[in-house]
Amino acid sequence: MDANSYIHISNLDLVIALLFIAISAAVSRWQRLGLERDMAVGTVRAFAQLLAVGFVLQQLFNVPRWHWVILALAIMTTVAAYNAVKRQTGAKHGLFAVMAAAIATGASITLILVIGIVLRVRPWYQPQYVIPIAGMVIGNCMTGAALVVNRLHSELTLRRNQVEAALALGAPAKEAASEAMRESLRAAMMPTINSMMTVGLVHLPGMMTGQMISGASPVDAVRYQIVVMLMIAAATAVTAMVAVFGALRAFFTPFHQLSARLELGEAWDAYVRKKSKH
Amino acid sequence: MNAIELSHVSTAKPVLLGDSLTELEVMRDVSLSVPEGEILALIGPSGSGKSTLLRMINRMEDPTSGRIFLFGSDIANLDVKELRRRVGMVSQTPALLPGDVADNIAYGPNLRGEPCNPGDYLEHVGLERELLRRPASALSVGQQQRMCIARALANHPDVLLLDEPTSALDRTASRNIVELILRLNEKLGLTVIIVTHVMEHAQALATRVAMLVGGSLIEQGPAVDFFESPATETGRKFLRGELAEDGR
Repeated sequence: MDANSYIHISNLDLVIALLFIAISAAVSRWQRLGLERDMAVGTVRAFAQLLAVGFVLQQLFNVPRWHWVILALAIMTTVAAYNAVKRQTGAKHGLFAVMAAAIATGASITLILVIGIVLRVRPWYQPQYVIPIAGMVIGNCMTGAALVVNRLHSELTLRRNQVEAALALGAPAKEAASEAMRESLRAAMMPTINSMMTVGLVHLPGMMTGQMISGASPVDAVRYQIVVMLMIAAATAVTAMVAVFGALRAFFTPFHQLSARLELGEAWDAYVRKKSKH
Repeated sequence: MNAIELSHVSTAKPVLLGDSLTELEVMRDVSLSVPEGEILALIGPSGSGKSTLLRMINRMEDPTSGRIFLFGSDIANLDVKELRRRVGMVSQTPALLPGDVADNIAYGPNLRGEPCNPGDYLEHVGLERELLRRPASALSVGQQQRMCIARALANHPDVLLLDEPTSALDRTASRNIVELILRLNEKLGLTVIIVTHVMEHAQALATRVAMLVGGSLIEQGPAVDFFESPATETGRKFLRGELAEDGR
């Protein structure tokens, strides 16, 4: 079997794969988990979403144009930012811009380095490389941004007394929150570092397995994976940094006061909406 | 000159009542002045807005209307960090910053790159210099509270705000803090505003008294007058310990 002739999945194969969902459904029914409906919806959504994305990507791959690639990256970043905001346990108001800026910064810096310098993709916008790599980077940036802001919220709530003691002595918000920021950054970067520890031993990353199935040699696939892992570590660090400083502006007032949004949680969003109406 | 002056200060805060959010009036049209070098005791039932009033003086919170002056200048026009340097605050329970006692005391001056000799301030508050290298968390609560006062003093404040500084302490430690406040007021000419529930302390310390009930100022005036014969029935009831939290 040469590199380009991996086994293709036909429509019939896809239908057969539906058997798997039948197995989960059977378990759900047997144990009365009541998940059958969600499973059906999930299956339909997965089919529809993936087929649509597959179709769009196919067009992109057939006729590679730099502006379509940029548009795809912009959409990915927007969806990622939206999801990072959705994952916040506290108030969400004003965080979308923070998440979008953080993810865009972290992802673009590392993407430029990888596409331009490490892989030297020519022309740079070849979707075959840019899209999957960007997908992995942006996905990890999203997790990092969501984690760091959630953690900053809980650290500031937990350390309220300490933070206010520092503010009361004349510390600016950034200084008073420095301990909380450090903890949050640590929390956001740990998952990436942990996965670097166990990669290959416990799990084989999706990209690596994908490359091997499509015929790449394991040694080549591993090289890609190393680049990707290091790239993700860098992207997460940059994203978390930008997000934590951005979120600081949401959690403090311009007068170095802790914002009431910390106590009010989700009710804050309703409060801000009501205020802006008046 | 008035060290602190409040002019028609009102404030409302968003609070969660069950699931719905309402704006609760916490303070209504409070005007109050504290002449330089005096000790004002802020008294009143819990939830009457005493802590909020303190927190507005160093701008941990802002009023919704009204103005607050520090030695004649509107605090809204001062740099917040400089305002907080000049108006020290000590909270109910000691809030420790990371590091040892010396790090805690030198925190303010370090922020501004100013020299600081933490040992001197430790002596000011009656603690031994040996404690300097101890982690702040290793001190007793009474010692920690003194350290917090020393930390505020290291900023060379003009005004000291104390929010029930003795509520976490036993009788002896409380009495020591009260004596310390008197000494600092005398020696440094510090203007002090203290929130307290202990009338014994208010009586021992205060030159002036202001009484808040439900966010309104009910009485203010010289401490001697207030403790001898309060001007209002509410004041008399409060001194007899008969005033409920809602002020009735």
